[in-house]
Amino acid sequence: MQYIGERLLPGQLGHLFVIISLVASLVAAIAYFKAVQSDLPADKESWKRLARIAFSLDIVSVFAIFFLLVFLIRSHYFEYFYVYKNSSTELEPKYILSCLWSASEGSFLLWTLWHAVLGGVLMFKGKEWEAPVMTVISFAQVCLATMLLGIYFFGKKVGASPFVLFRQQMPELPLFASADYVTKIKNGNGLNPLLQNYWMVIHPPVLFLGFASTIVPFAYGIAGLWTKKFGEVMKAALPWALFSAGILGLGIMMGAAWAYESLTFGGYWAWDPVENASLVPWLVLVCGIHTLLAYRSTGHSLRATHLFFILQFILILYSTFLTRSGILGDTSVHSFADLGMNLQLLLFVLVFLIPALILFAGRYKQIPSIVKEESISSREFWLFVGSLVLFLSALYITFFTSLPVFNNVADKKKALGEDQEYTYNRVMVLVTVILGLLTAITQYLKYKNTSREFLLKKIGVPTVISLIISVLISIFGGIHYDKYGVGYLAAIHVAIFAAIYSVVANAMYIWIGMKGDIKKAGASVAHFGFGLVLVGILISSSKKEVISFNTSGIAVPFGQDSKEDPKENLTLIRGQEMNMLNYKVNYRKDTFFTGDPKHYFEINFQDKEKGEEFNLYPNAFINYKGNSGLMANPDSKHYWNKDIFTYITSLPDPEKNKDTANYHDKTVKIGEKVFFASGYMTVDKVSSEYERARINTKAADSVVALKISVIGKDSSNHLAQPLLVYTKGNAVSIPDTVLAQDLSVRLNAITPEGISIGVKESDSLLQYVTLKAYVFPMINVLWIGIIVMVIGFLMSMWRRFKGV
Amino acid sequence: MKKTHILILVLIAAAVGYMIMTMGSLSTYESIASAKQKQGKFVHVIAKLDKSQPIEYDAIKNPNYLSFVAVDSLGNSAKVIYHSPKPPELENTERVVLKGKMEGEVFECKDILLKCPSKYKDDPRNVQKSLNKNTQQ
Repeated sequence: MQYIGERLLPGQLGHLFVIISLVASLVAAIAYFKAVQSDLPADKESWKRLARIAFSLDIVSVFAIFFLLVFLIRSHYFEYFYVYKNSSTELEPKYILSCLWSASEGSFLLWTLWHAVLGGVLMFKGKEWEAPVMTVISFAQVCLATMLLGIYFFGKKVGASPFVLFRQQMPELPLFASADYVTKIKNGNGLNPLLQNYWMVIHPPVLFLGFASTIVPFAYGIAGLWTKKFGEVMKAALPWALFSAGILGLGIMMGAAWAYESLTFGGYWAWDPVENASLVPWLVLVCGIHTLLAYRSTGHSLRATHLFFILQFILILYSTFLTRSGILGDTSVHSFADLGMNLQLLLFVLVFLIPALILFAGRYKQIPSIVKEESISSREFWLFVGSLVLFLSALYITFFTSLPVFNNVADKKKALGEDQEYTYNRVMVLVTVILGLLTAITQYLKYKNTSREFLLKKIGVPTVISLIISVLISIFGGIHYDKYGVGYLAAIHVAIFAAIYSVVANAMYIWIGMKGDIKKAGASVAHFGFGLVLVGILISSSKKEVISFNTSGIAVPFGQDSKEDPKENLTLIRGQEMNMLNYKVNYRKDTFFTGDPKHYFEINFQDKEKGEEFNLYPNAFINYKGNSGLMANPDSKHYWNKDIFTYITSLPDPEKNKDTANYHDKTVKIGEKVFFASGYMTVDKVSSEYERARINTKAADSVVALKISVIGKDSSNHLAQPLLVYTKGNAVSIPDTVLAQDLSVRLNAITPEGISIGVKESDSLLQYVTLKAYVFPMINVLWIGIIVMVIGFLMSMWRRFKGV
Repeated sequence: MKKTHILILVLIAAAVGYMIMTMGSLSTYESIASAKQKQGKFVHVIAKLDKSQPIEYDAIKNPNYLSFVAVDSLGNSAKVIYHSPKPPELENTERVVLKGKMEGEVFECKDILLKCPSKYKDDPRNVQKSLNKNTQQ
């Protein structure tokens, strides 16, 4: 059939650039390989020139793919399946990019884009290691290009293309029987509402920059083994590893911040497999950085460094496999669906894992190592111990995250026990103790050997200060987390000491050890931030408190509840005050009548003692775009020392509680009185100006706004401002609601006869929300800690870059 | 032997020992029938919502009580009680992963993981549904 109106050119260009990027990166990989293997300098140079041209072409085509996809989404070309599936016309412009990386194809694209950027930098800055390092990166680009290919190869699907047409993806749909189907698709399926959050604009690019950058230390590790210039290469890898750890850490925690702000599991970290999969490579990368530092100064731990740098990247690939193969389907809340590319994803892991391990094993004996033992009072010894503990904790997390994989391989049916988080936390609290102590003390140790007097003199004051602070916290902090017994509570208190010790000792080291030379203090700053992160995690988790216990008189005990049941949700009826711990809460209003698919609920909190008052606006999408049901977003009130955090857990069933009233249309003139059950209204003004919170018409071509005075029987005076918004020839009416009068007014049209308005008097149904609320103490310490830690990483990176 | 080697061995032994210890507390995936055999043991059950039976939930009376009937692929069914609000998409899920314990004939559920068709947008049936909306305007 000849289809009408399809805009095929951008898609064809897109396909073309995918193929160019595949071929170009393949040429680059081979040419760089040859450049390493050639003996003659002239050959080396000519291979390198070819490789650079090929890789530049790869960079150009990857960027072209990216901009073509942005163009398709921006232009709402819904004949493309990716555009239809992930975007819609009413999205705010800032979410165009979120659409781009909301599905698997787009995130692979983001990954390969960052590889291209990093490769571009390495072509200039790689110096003598350019060829071996770029061989690895070019080869990774080949693999990623195949992920975007979307062709069938001997009956097997290779990759998934973001440029596939809707009718190619699903030819069986009846829509494609008509030649002019393009004009019939008016809108797209839209972006998942949970992703319509500003964190989703910045979290994925940062996380993927972190993901992509882990290949650099890996490639240096391979380059070292390959060229047999082990240590020399690794020293050059240090700033890259620091960059990678800083950015990956930031990206992971941005995801945590997103989860905290827009998901409703009541926290920032749930030990979900998807979270673990990105944390583990970070932990291993940090191990590698520490052993590399030990090597730089003493010559110890080079083998371990090579191994860590290889493993951290393999674990990145493994996490890609875990999250995209659908294997986590029953265990994770937010893994991608099965893409039908499992074999390809597995090969992606193996094609790096096997050669890297063979190379490592083959060269193991040749990697220089020092036979003499490290002294127990030396810095390098404890650096190694710390790395080992961190590495074992990473293995522990990997093991339990991989249960679904083991089930699959061995046909078992194991799953994590009753308390998933506790499985991890009981180990991590011990790891926290060890790491807190090590990060506090190790900087005060010298390489090779430290005298007892020196150590005691330097570390005495920080130790005493930390002891005092942490004892004060333990006594007055009110940390009584005894859900898992006294042993665990004691471990938390010890961990708090270790974390405070880490904070204090590292802050003071900047003066005691560095004499205030802030330029050299990157490590201390990073550890200071890390200590704050630990303090924030420990206090916010152990003192997190549900405050929405069901205390309302309306809960009828049915007898099914036993005492242990968590009655953690409270139902609020609109306008009725309820008690919630030390607050009086009141569900005052909502935005149900505005027509916005996102409904806000105004929940008023009043402190019973202090009289302080504030409003929270948790919101929810209801039956949005075919996603039946409720998708809630929390809201929180931030104090310096705590957050009050609340979200909607249940609403009246919209079917049962349907607003059966209809709009009654009338055509009126300015100043004319229109009566309704409990008062009257007059249209005062027609203009393009209005003042309404949370309505954004920036993307609109024009707006017509009415100013209507609504006078109630009780002679109360209200303002209603219904709008008519024109966007690209479509007019959308946005009604306004006068809650006090249970009244909604909309603007239909402005006609020569007058102004056509619709008036709806709502049936006053019982309106209620069920919500859950928490207090999170000291959560800000965590966020500040993250920022400080990343700054520390980048400071160190900067100094090492200059030093190289 | 070097100190580091001894340390590595000790730490690894401790870690492995700990893991083996923890393995005992792991849960398993069960069918409803086998879960009934393992009374009081925390298990995972993959099941479907029995749509012919009513879902009992009234947020006004008690927002922390939900009950429904689940049926597994072998056709066995059990009443499920969950002490939290009703997951909004419960009625539309194809599959649920129930985590909890069997207490007599009742499954005391601690956590429900929904596997909603809307999460698999590439399913042609769902695409058709969303198309119906987006082509009518």
